[in-house]
Amino acid sequence: MTVVENLPSPQTERPIGFGRLKRKEDARFIRGKGTYLDDIRLPGMVHGAMLRSPFAHARIVSIDTSRALAHPNVAAVVTAKDLETLGLAWMPTISYDTQAVLAGDKVRFQGQEVAFVIATDEYSANDALSLIDVEYEPLPAVVNARKALDPDAPLIRDDKAGQRDNLASPLWEAGDQEATDRAFAEADTVVSRDIIYPRCHPAPLETCGMIADFNPETGQLDIYNGNQAPHAHRTVYAHVAGLAEHMIRIRCQDIGGGFGNKVPVYPGYVCAIAGSIVAGVPVKWVENRSENLMSTGFARDYVMHAEMCSKDGKITGLRVDVIADHGAFDSTAQPTKFPAGFFHIVCGSYDLQAAHVQVKAVYTNKAPGGVAYRCSFRITEAVYLVERMVDALALEMDVDPIDLRMRSFIKPEQFPYETTTGWTYDSGNYAETMRVAMEIAGYEDLRREQAEKRARGELMGIGVSFFTEGVGAGPRKHMDILGLAMNDGADLRIHPSGKAVVSISAQTQGQGHETTFAQIVAEELGIPPEDVEVRHGDTDRSPYGLGTYGSRSTPVSGGAVAIVSRKVRDKARLIAATMLEARPEDLAWEKGRWYVKGDPEKGVLIEEIAERAYNGEELPEGMEGGLDAQVIYDPPNLTYPYGAYIAVVDIDPDTAHVTVRRFIAVDDCGVRINPMIVDGQIHGGLAEGVGIALMEVITFDDEGNCLNSSFMDYLIPTALECPDFELGETVTPCPHHPLGAKGVGESPNVGSPPAIVNAVIDALHATHGVDHIDMPCTPARVWAAMQGRPAPPQ
Amino acid sequence: MNVSISINGERITREIEPRLLLVHFIRDTPGLTGTHWGCDTSNCGACVVLLDGAPVKSCTMLAAMAEGHEIRTVESLEVDGVLDPVQKGFHELHALQCGFCTPGMMMTARGLLDENPDPTEQEIRTAISGGICRCTGYKNIVAAIRWAAEHPNGVKEEVHA
Repeated sequence: MTVVENLPSPQTERPIGFGRLKRKEDARFIRGKGTYLDDIRLPGMVHGAMLRSPFAHARIVSIDTSRALAHPNVAAVVTAKDLETLGLAWMPTISYDTQAVLAGDKVRFQGQEVAFVIATDEYSANDALSLIDVEYEPLPAVVNARKALDPDAPLIRDDKAGQRDNLASPLWEAGDQEATDRAFAEADTVVSRDIIYPRCHPAPLETCGMIADFNPETGQLDIYNGNQAPHAHRTVYAHVAGLAEHMIRIRCQDIGGGFGNKVPVYPGYVCAIAGSIVAGVPVKWVENRSENLMSTGFARDYVMHAEMCSKDGKITGLRVDVIADHGAFDSTAQPTKFPAGFFHIVCGSYDLQAAHVQVKAVYTNKAPGGVAYRCSFRITEAVYLVERMVDALALEMDVDPIDLRMRSFIKPEQFPYETTTGWTYDSGNYAETMRVAMEIAGYEDLRREQAEKRARGELMGIGVSFFTEGVGAGPRKHMDILGLAMNDGADLRIHPSGKAVVSISAQTQGQGHETTFAQIVAEELGIPPEDVEVRHGDTDRSPYGLGTYGSRSTPVSGGAVAIVSRKVRDKARLIAATMLEARPEDLAWEKGRWYVKGDPEKGVLIEEIAERAYNGEELPEGMEGGLDAQVIYDPPNLTYPYGAYIAVVDIDPDTAHVTVRRFIAVDDCGVRINPMIVDGQIHGGLAEGVGIALMEVITFDDEGNCLNSSFMDYLIPTALECPDFELGETVTPCPHHPLGAKGVGESPNVGSPPAIVNAVIDALHATHGVDHIDMPCTPARVWAAMQGRPAPPQ
Repeated sequence: MNVSISINGERITREIEPRLLLVHFIRDTPGLTGTHWGCDTSNCGACVVLLDGAPVKSCTMLAAMAEGHEIRTVESLEVDGVLDPVQKGFHELHALQCGFCTPGMMMTARGLLDENPDPTEQEIRTAISGGICRCTGYKNIVAAIRWAAEHPNGVKEEVHA
């Protein structure tokens, strides 16, 4: 491994610990030697392909598979009837709803899974899809979430006993309604907005897929898959398929991005498993891009109404009413007790008098999902709402949006801070971070530049957002997913030579875990990071844990690795005491060695201690040999990273095209283990935020046809749309995390869309009277806003 | 039909269906899985290889169209244990995260630098705009390609896990 700019320990001059260490995993990726799902070929493997519904809502009259079965390369065609005999026609979702694996009675969204073909090769499997004859009886579709609860709305989930309307989950509330009413009654200024966070999609560059390999002789099921939570998936398969959990092994090798899209279990996975169990050979299924965009976990789709008020120049109250569009099956990803995820963090970074939030969820004839696209469970929606509302209030009050934020921030001395909706923020110095962002941006100069340009008829906007995220779910006393505590394990073994293997339950999708987690062990034990192998992505070779999403790797797994390292260090101390003929309490630690206090020359290196732990020499009384440890870490609280973002946009007055000219992001994610990787994460999240704000959207026509089913219509920013991001940092350690770290991967996606939209409105308010626009800020939508016309639908 | 394509200097001859895409030919026959596919519609660039030195999207070409041409894939960049400056630059500047777009981005960069050894930032951005990266936000990719332009002979330091 190349070690550059890494911080040597002053005592030992060994290159260890935190710093800008270049990544271990690069070695295979830059050579084209990564192993992604579709790169794996097993002997005797056959290929699956999925037939999908062309209608958003239709009764299935008949399915005739005879022509497909006559295809010489087709081995089997699986329909709902076949799955019913295996008890697999329906599967549970993450949210305790049910989802059809293959549609039997009705199709409920365009792209829904109808039949699964297994053939000798991928081309033949896809050919056979056109040989399956399905007769549909189309039904009216529910597309608009606001109309889903109308009395005449067609019933989507007639499969559920007792379901009489399209309510997916009952009204859920947080905060204090009466106190909020009082805050509004006492307010000087009140603003309200209808705000939509439109449906978008994580669209990882590698689509979803699986190879299932069931061995009928041994009963062993080997699964190759790119998912973000392999241990949880194994437990789900054990329940769904009735297989013994210890006979299932899931291997997630390299994953081409996840961003929440690879959290759920998809029907294609269940079909591949069922196909392998029935056929007795490995079955590979890899979806194409359209399948990924049309059927797998979408994000957002929150229809929101909000009111915000102020008194004496400070924000005091917030009232929010949300309709959540969950699509045809409720498979939203969030901890069980939180049907709207962590949306009630919507009070943001402000010391409010009161707030009240209510959310109800509806079924529509659209794909299921509601995954957290690079965010912690619905926090993106919450941050977008509150940061748009603060700007709306600042407009109404005719004050600078940063001034209003500064006056309303939670102050450093108020931490730990209880929000009115029930969160306990850990630490922060918000005003300081805001000031750093203003300094990098040259905020006053930007405002002057804007005034000059406006005088010349040019449209320039400056937008601000300040977010607080709650990440690292989570404490078992508060949260679980499908009854599984959201904890993570770590297993650390130091070999006799002093080389180490640490096994973790977090699941990288590109976050650099093989480097970062080696650095944590290195920092804690003084072993060079190149001597620490990080094992993950294999349920047979890693401890149980809930995987990687919601920025939880560093807050939870990172905590586990720090603590397991300290357990090893504690054992090493006892062995060192024997080796040095001293009492353990008389020893002191410096990176890589225990030494006798007052006699620093007299000490032993961790490698020497490791050797002793395994050789035949004496160990402390009663101690077992070896130098290893195992933990399951239960975080005491979420961590609360935050940041101040400033976007500068230019809008072409003739075409309404928005260009993000500058983007300043100052993140405070506590202690940074590898600042290079942290910066990289921020760049990536900002690019996604640019996409969401300006172009990424999944829309439907009135019949429920998906209008953004390929990358020709689902637009993702390229190098030409992304500015040269300008980053800054402040460091406010997390008081309860063993390393003081907070998690960062998702912050930039959470914080950037409101900054960009606020900038667009800032550019257009004075000249065109625009005080609201919904994303994405495409030229057509911005042009309509500039003309004072209603926006085209998302 | 029978096709014969030179991939990384090795001639591969195979009986194929006429409709076989080049990306599948490359991934299946010599098993060079470093070339990825990501979108089916020529938008993402994960499948970019060099065809007679010019970047092409191998998901939008039939294998038969490559008959008689020279294909270069990501696996050809390292020669006798010496990394291409583009590979080294991507590592030095942290220009990759999940690694899925990386082969396509690197082959696009190699094609660019062969044509224009000293590109400006804007020229680099334009050159890679046929590719999508969901992880890096492009900033470090642009910097990595600049680094490669400034270190045309690479540096000797090895990159290994």
